[in-house]
Amino acid sequence: MSVEKGLKIRLRDGKIGRLSFGKFVGFLMLTAVAAFMALPLVYVVTTALKPLNELFYFPPRFFVESPTLKNFKDLFLALDGLDVPFTRSLFNSVFVTVTVVILVIVLTCMAAYGLVKHKVPFSNLIFSLILMGMMFSPYVIQIPNYLIVNGLGMVNSYWALIIPKIAVAYNLFLVRQFVQQIPDAFLEAARMDGASEMTIFFKIVMPSLKPVVATLAVFSFVNNWNDFFTPLIFIQNEALKPLPLAMQMISSGNSIARAGAVGAATFITVLPTVLIYVLMQKHVVDSMAYSGIK
Amino acid sequence: MQNTVRQSFWKKVNTYKTGTLFVLPFLVLYLVFVVAPIIVAIFLSMTNYNLFQVPDFIGLKNYELLFMGDDVFITAVANTAIFAVVSGPIGLIASFLFAWIINKAPFSKLFALLFYAPSLTSSIAMSVVWMYFFSPDRYGLVNNVLFNLGLINEPILWNTDPSTILLVIIVISIWMNMGSGFMVFLAGLKNTSQELREAGQIDGVRNATQELLYIVLPQLRPQILFGIINAVVNAFGVFDIALVVAGLPSPDYAGHTIVAHLYDYAFIRYEMGYAAAISVVLFLFTFGIGQLAIKFLSSKEG
Repeated sequence: MSVEKGLKIRLRDGKIGRLSFGKFVGFLMLTAVAAFMALPLVYVVTTALKPLNELFYFPPRFFVESPTLKNFKDLFLALDGLDVPFTRSLFNSVFVTVTVVILVIVLTCMAAYGLVKHKVPFSNLIFSLILMGMMFSPYVIQIPNYLIVNGLGMVNSYWALIIPKIAVAYNLFLVRQFVQQIPDAFLEAARMDGASEMTIFFKIVMPSLKPVVATLAVFSFVNNWNDFFTPLIFIQNEALKPLPLAMQMISSGNSIARAGAVGAATFITVLPTVLIYVLMQKHVVDSMAYSGIK
Repeated sequence: MQNTVRQSFWKKVNTYKTGTLFVLPFLVLYLVFVVAPIIVAIFLSMTNYNLFQVPDFIGLKNYELLFMGDDVFITAVANTAIFAVVSGPIGLIASFLFAWIINKAPFSKLFALLFYAPSLTSSIAMSVVWMYFFSPDRYGLVNNVLFNLGLINEPILWNTDPSTILLVIIVISIWMNMGSGFMVFLAGLKNTSQELREAGQIDGVRNATQELLYIVLPQLRPQILFGIINAVVNAFGVFDIALVVAGLPSPDYAGHTIVAHLYDYAFIRYEMGYAAAISVVLFLFTFGIGQLAIKFLSSKEG
């Protein structure tokens, strides 16, 4: 038995462990890589706080010297020449994205549960179609998609940003893997106790899918919140445009005077994605309690 | 006789009813907004279509032209293949290793956030950062560091020199796309069973490497399959990074990918038929590789 040397540290489970030299170096390297990965976020924050003259330094600097909140004031109060206030675009983004995320979670989990734990006609064909959909480049689908959305009369409405975005092959594939890990005996026991299928789905299946639901929520929130292309082709009405298009409107126009507002707008656009991630991450960790059902 | 047929019919309806009701809402949306457009795209690939006139049917001419008469497409396929072979495995292994390390490390929540950060931002916000990193002058961050270390005397023309363009695209792409695989692995690792780990220790699993190979990885097969398909689709779908780094067309077509070619024909030249043919070929590549991954990883399931 070798005597362990090194620093004492408190581990995640509350025990006191010893940090060996090797582990300490590993930890430092991990920190360095993590700092590198986090650079874009840091850059977004520092840019939002830069006064106008610092935004045009050459060579550009990463950090801010005299931080100011003036950019945010400009963005919300003093941006003239915009037909729609920035807050309206913010509302559009929140409304559309939250609706999509809720529908994505419920409908995807329902479909995965039905496919895995019940008999569905043509289930092999359905799964092949799902796999196929995962592997088709989204770029050419956009044109036939436009013809369909237009034919359904959804262009220039929130529907165009919501309905076509719900059924994503990728999501079903992801959730399916986790539904397979739910033991049948669990569901059978609930059925014996007289639980209806809906009760089983919401009381047993959904809770045990919590880690993947949290992951799904983050994925689909980020994708839809940042989506630029879909509103670009489907929304011409200024009042319905979400943040990415609003950002484009703000940055076109007088780009030098508005550079600060663009920085602030970028910050506000990125902030909710970070928030939703931090919020959901807690659930991913909490849901470890459910891992006992395997 | 008819009665029993009817009975068995209703019995069938009953066994299928619940599952079908669960699947139906998703399935209808999927058929209308994903499957139908794919079929339309396959049809368009056999036509000459410019969005304004009625498509006119030309059979397999688009495909013939693509492989026999379009050198730029062959370059695009080669670039994409190199990109996929390099970035796919590296991204996959890196995202798994970091998930595994971070799952055990102190401050794991903070580290997870930092690693997922690049995937949270939109590519528009990111492009500013990349340009600052790989700027082809002395002030670009990477060149600056190399200068200070005395490794180079002249700035490397990262995004204009055909020999470095693909490398830059690969680095940025791994940085940006690692997040989703990382998250899935992390969620999977949280779900691996503690009992199996303890059982492994009793059975003589001694170090972290053995635990990884014999206890952790076999439990993560679904997540690995997802990670591989994710990596393949990402690798074959690379475009916006290439566009930001090298422009369209890029110098010597060094950053030209299959999707760049597709975008060029679809949204710049409006030759939708030809663009659709490119997308069908792209689909066949990814679908083939995905099928291989599924065969390989589920054969052990038994």
